[in-house]
Amino acid sequence: MDIFALFDCIISPACLISQAAGGLKIGMLLFLVASGLTLVFGVLGVINFAHGALYMLGAYFSWQVMSVTGHFGLSVILGSLGVGIFGLLFERTLISRIYNAELLVQILLCYSVVLILDDLVMIIWGDEFLSSVGVPKVFQVPPLFIFDAIIPPFHLAIIGMSFIVGIILWFIMTKTRFGRLVRAAAVNPKMLEALGVNINLIRAGVFMLGSFLAGLGGALAASLSSVVSGMGNSILIESFIVTVIGGMGSISGAFLASLIIGMARSFGAVAMPLFTDGLMFLIMVLVLILRPQGLMGNKKQ
Amino acid sequence: MKKLNKYSRREILKTSASTASVFALSTGFPTILKAENNIKIGVPTILSGRVAQLGISVSNALNMAVDNFNKSGGLDGRNIELIIRDSRAKPDEAARVCRNFINSDKVDAIINAEASGASFAVQEVIRESGTLCLHTVSETSRLTADPSIRAWNAFRFSRQGIHDAVGSARYAAKIIKEKGLKKWMSVNPDYAYGRDSDDTFFWALEKFSPGFEVLGKGWPKIFQPDYTEVITQIARKKPDAIYSSLWGGDLVSFIDQASLYGIFNNTQLFAINLADYTTMSAVKNLPKGLHSATRYVAAWPNTQDNRDYDNSYTNLYGDHPTNWSWETTVGIDYLISALKETGGTDNKKLAEAIKGKTRKSFMGVGDGNTVSMRDKDQTIIDYSIGWGTTIANDPYMTNIQAADWHTIEELEKEWLTDKGWL
Repeated sequence: MDIFALFDCIISPACLISQAAGGLKIGMLLFLVASGLTLVFGVLGVINFAHGALYMLGAYFSWQVMSVTGHFGLSVILGSLGVGIFGLLFERTLISRIYNAELLVQILLCYSVVLILDDLVMIIWGDEFLSSVGVPKVFQVPPLFIFDAIIPPFHLAIIGMSFIVGIILWFIMTKTRFGRLVRAAAVNPKMLEALGVNINLIRAGVFMLGSFLAGLGGALAASLSSVVSGMGNSILIESFIVTVIGGMGSISGAFLASLIIGMARSFGAVAMPLFTDGLMFLIMVLVLILRPQGLMGNKKQ
Repeated sequence: MKKLNKYSRREILKTSASTASVFALSTGFPTILKAENNIKIGVPTILSGRVAQLGISVSNALNMAVDNFNKSGGLDGRNIELIIRDSRAKPDEAARVCRNFINSDKVDAIINAEASGASFAVQEVIRESGTLCLHTVSETSRLTADPSIRAWNAFRFSRQGIHDAVGSARYAAKIIKEKGLKKWMSVNPDYAYGRDSDDTFFWALEKFSPGFEVLGKGWPKIFQPDYTEVITQIARKKPDAIYSSLWGGDLVSFIDQASLYGIFNNTQLFAINLADYTTMSAVKNLPKGLHSATRYVAAWPNTQDNRDYDNSYTNLYGDHPTNWSWETTVGIDYLISALKETGGTDNKKLAEAIKGKTRKSFMGVGDGNTVSMRDKDQTIIDYSIGWGTTIANDPYMTNIQAADWHTIEELEKEWLTDKGWL
């Protein structure tokens, strides 16, 4: 561990800004995916191990739309919506049958879906990785220099886009009737049902929203990363770490934890490049010891 | 009681059984016998997940060679039968698949098309059983360089890390001289191959061009989707050159993401694994002037034999061969030649027929375009290693320079001595 390198970086505006912007980009992309996972767990009580596979589907759908239309915006929107619709079908046909099942059954079902989807995308799109969707033309410009720190404009766009999605999500969950019903469903679904609310509709809507967020994360990631079967596995692990650190079911917790993980990876690469993954797990362990319910989690959960 | 039929039930059954037996003997039995008589080759490889292209391009290469062999009459009428199974890139699964080949399928030989980790597991299985084994994918030098791991019945037909490292360093030293590249960084995948590649490259570079400085090293995980934290470090430290052994989709993502930072405007990239068609064609706007070793390109070696190989493969499968394809093709070519020479499948005789042999090959750069199976460590040498720079479209590589095998072997000796393996 090179603590001096980290210190030098923090006192240098160029390094500080560069690593912070990098951390922000990593964190915000992670937030999109992790917020969907924590939402599904918080409301439905399902640990969706297939969430990473939905992220992968978002990347493939986006790639497909891009190759047909050549329009980046359309590829992101249709790619994410496609995963949302897939999520709806997934919930209605399979997930809805295991709400009260044991954890092992949930894991088995989700894992089998992961294996099926991983093979299915290879059958449809081929076994070789696909090139990235690419950056839209408007962002194919030289990077910005801020205090000598290099920042690609497209990264700022991703950060901005993810931030707007976060605000919309916060607005939906706190200021709309749907959000109130979702929060109520998370606390006492039976009471909500007794009051005449269609709980199945709420559940399907939440799972669809969670899938949409995973798909959006995948579609945005596909703009910079090659698309390949199984690409959701690593993001799934990071999303679970975010969910544990932030608190199971807490979207604000997911936001905070995503930023922590993003910064840990970015600044961790300066001080301990061989231990950046370990650092994430270390933070998770510390949170579990000091605050088992997560930073913003409900103690009961 | 009056018989209703001319023949009794027992007679009918007896006649039917006899007829069936005669029919089976005249048609089915020879087929079974023929299948039993086949020369069976077991192939553990990766056919699923992110590296499925490895197993698929290996299978294609094998099928192409075996079809030709069988169509030309096989070995006195005995055909080669390939049994290709997926290990899912797991060492324990590769070992299990391999044991099944030996114990249940009774294979005559194994072509091990596994990545490095699983290859070590396969090596232990075949050492125990004495089955002839051809490694055609693993590039980790230790598999054949370390005498404690070698086995009399195992032969390496895949390129070797130390050979590539010397070839790379020699080429890099030339570019250092031309362009004065003093400050280096490296980005390598964080597993055995990446670390080996980093160690051997800088070890060899020190021999050819001492006095360079390494500003930092990035170790992204294999299949990592986001390289931002590594790239921001490169952008900040502004090295003159970067060495990388990232490969496949990981390398594509790294180049695409680093391009956004304008990294390659002022920094030379030496990416040893870039020049495979599947990788180069996947990079968005492949920057001009990136340096790479020629993994497999039709343009190198610049011979009609190589172009013919590329054409035959492409016509059959609609895609170019990969580095894994040529390695496997050379391996099966040696095995077929050994089968013809010995006239049977005795593993000891086959091993003797392969050991030390020199054969003409489309990838050969030895005298008369040959490759050789080096006697002392049973590893292939004199295969084509070239380095050049990228251009945006097919043939993707230009200014290709051949590595010198005399220099490679000289430095390899020094490296083996350093390791205590000579």
